[in-house]
Amino acid sequence: MIHLENVRKEYIEGNAAVNGIALHVEKGEFVFVVGDSGSGKSTLIKLLLKELEPTDGEIVVNRTHLKSLKKKEIPLFRRNIGVVFQDFRLLKDRNVYENIAFAQRVIETSTKKIRKNVPAMLSLVGLAGKYRSYPKQLSGGEQQRVALARALVNEPTLLLADEPTGNLDPKNSWEIMKLLEEVNRRGTTVLVVTHNREIVDAMKKRVVTMKKGVIISDEKKGGYLYEN
Amino acid sequence: MRISTLFYLIKQGMKNIYRNKMFSLASIATMTACIFLFGLFFSLVTNFRHIVKVAEEGVGVTVFFNEGLSESEIQELGKKIEKRDEVMHITFVSAEEAWEEYQQVYFKEHPELADGFKDDNPLANSAHYEIFLKSVEKQDSLVDYLTSLEGVRRVNHSDVVANTLTDVNMIVAYVSVAIIIILLAVAIFLIGNTITVGIAVRKEEIAIMKLIGATDIFVRAPFVIEGAVIGLVGSAIPLVIIYILYNKVIQFMAEKFSILSLEFLPVDNIFRYLLPVSLAIGLGVGLFGSLTTIRKHLRV
Repeated sequence: MIHLENVRKEYIEGNAAVNGIALHVEKGEFVFVVGDSGSGKSTLIKLLLKELEPTDGEIVVNRTHLKSLKKKEIPLFRRNIGVVFQDFRLLKDRNVYENIAFAQRVIETSTKKIRKNVPAMLSLVGLAGKYRSYPKQLSGGEQQRVALARALVNEPTLLLADEPTGNLDPKNSWEIMKLLEEVNRRGTTVLVVTHNREIVDAMKKRVVTMKKGVIISDEKKGGYLYEN
Repeated sequence: MRISTLFYLIKQGMKNIYRNKMFSLASIATMTACIFLFGLFFSLVTNFRHIVKVAEEGVGVTVFFNEGLSESEIQELGKKIEKRDEVMHITFVSAEEAWEEYQQVYFKEHPELADGFKDDNPLANSAHYEIFLKSVEKQDSLVDYLTSLEGVRRVNHSDVVANTLTDVNMIVAYVSVAIIIILLAVAIFLIGNTITVGIAVRKEEIAIMKLIGATDIFVRAPFVIEGAVIGLVGSAIPLVIIYILYNKVIQFMAEKFSILSLEFLPVDNIFRYLLPVSLAIGLGVGLFGSLTTIRKHLRV
């Protein structure tokens, strides 16, 4: 699903945010990427989405070689990837239903299918009764669930979550993680960038630890190794 | 593209207009002012040209013949003149007709004075062709030609009338084109500004759209629609105003300046060209303003 070989990204010449990393994630895996600020986790997500071009190295996502991907092919490539962010990034002027439907509109899904898919997705994230609510009327946990529903409604094969529990209390954090686990159980490959030691330690998933742009540890059923 | 997607994009374009109410209104108002002035100038110029045309039709060149020219030679001359590109039509006025006309004009009050001439036509050598031109601008070249013809004694024409009409025509055209170009530039600038604000307001939404996998067309279309709608609405409003005002103004002018017996074109004649041209300008300016702004500020 994800293959990185000797990937390096320099924002300023001679100062690498990601420095020659190699990472291989197979289809159906659940992977945590941990590390402190500036370790290169967010750069990694941006490279996987082709928001950034690597300075060096080879990136393959969903069998697509990102180096040879043309600009006009990027939208189609991204349609197979769901993304969730720490700050939810919901559209504040639209209600829950419209926020999720928006993702389907963007990829030109028919209205008939949208009417079927959105309620199903809302049921999955436990917000069926709140489809008319606006983001500001929801708690942080609920907003993140809407963001997750939006990321999943197009049935991506890969879900990237950048600090999805960063703004949530422990209870809501666990609920989101449970949902991510459920999504993974249904076959979606999940890559979660996080700081949440408690969750990483408890879930016993594969853990990739980054420090100063390099991978210092990659353990199956690992724990949160990194010490600040 | 799906019909539902098209409707969605149109709806988003409309929402953009609504969200940036003040900027949209400013753009529509400028476009309205621009097209209103364009319509005003168009109506003025078209009517002026019409009036000039009528006047031009009245501007003639008169050709007198050498003494003793036979009837067939005069006819031959007439054929030659008729063939010229500048000529709309020619009329032959015989010496008798000329005398008749003279009497009508000058001895109307005292016909007895003309009786003194009896059968002796004082205008015996006044048979002539009255030549009417397609356009006064062509008068000089025709006069040169006529003077060079054998059998022509004298060519009467009015340089002042011809030159004045041509000059006024040109001045009105240049001034109106200059003003319209300035106004169009202002309209393009304002529509561009409105779109820039729209893009800034929707920055977050655009970023999300890009991450989800929206195509360039999908991201850009609402802004293009916004520009097109502003342009079209901005050109439709002044057309309605001009349509209503036009009849009232020509009626007022005809009454106020009845002494000039001005003949204005009916509103339908004006709108046959003004309507499609104004809507096309509105649409064109809207599209141009939005597309150039999108290219500059919306790199997707």
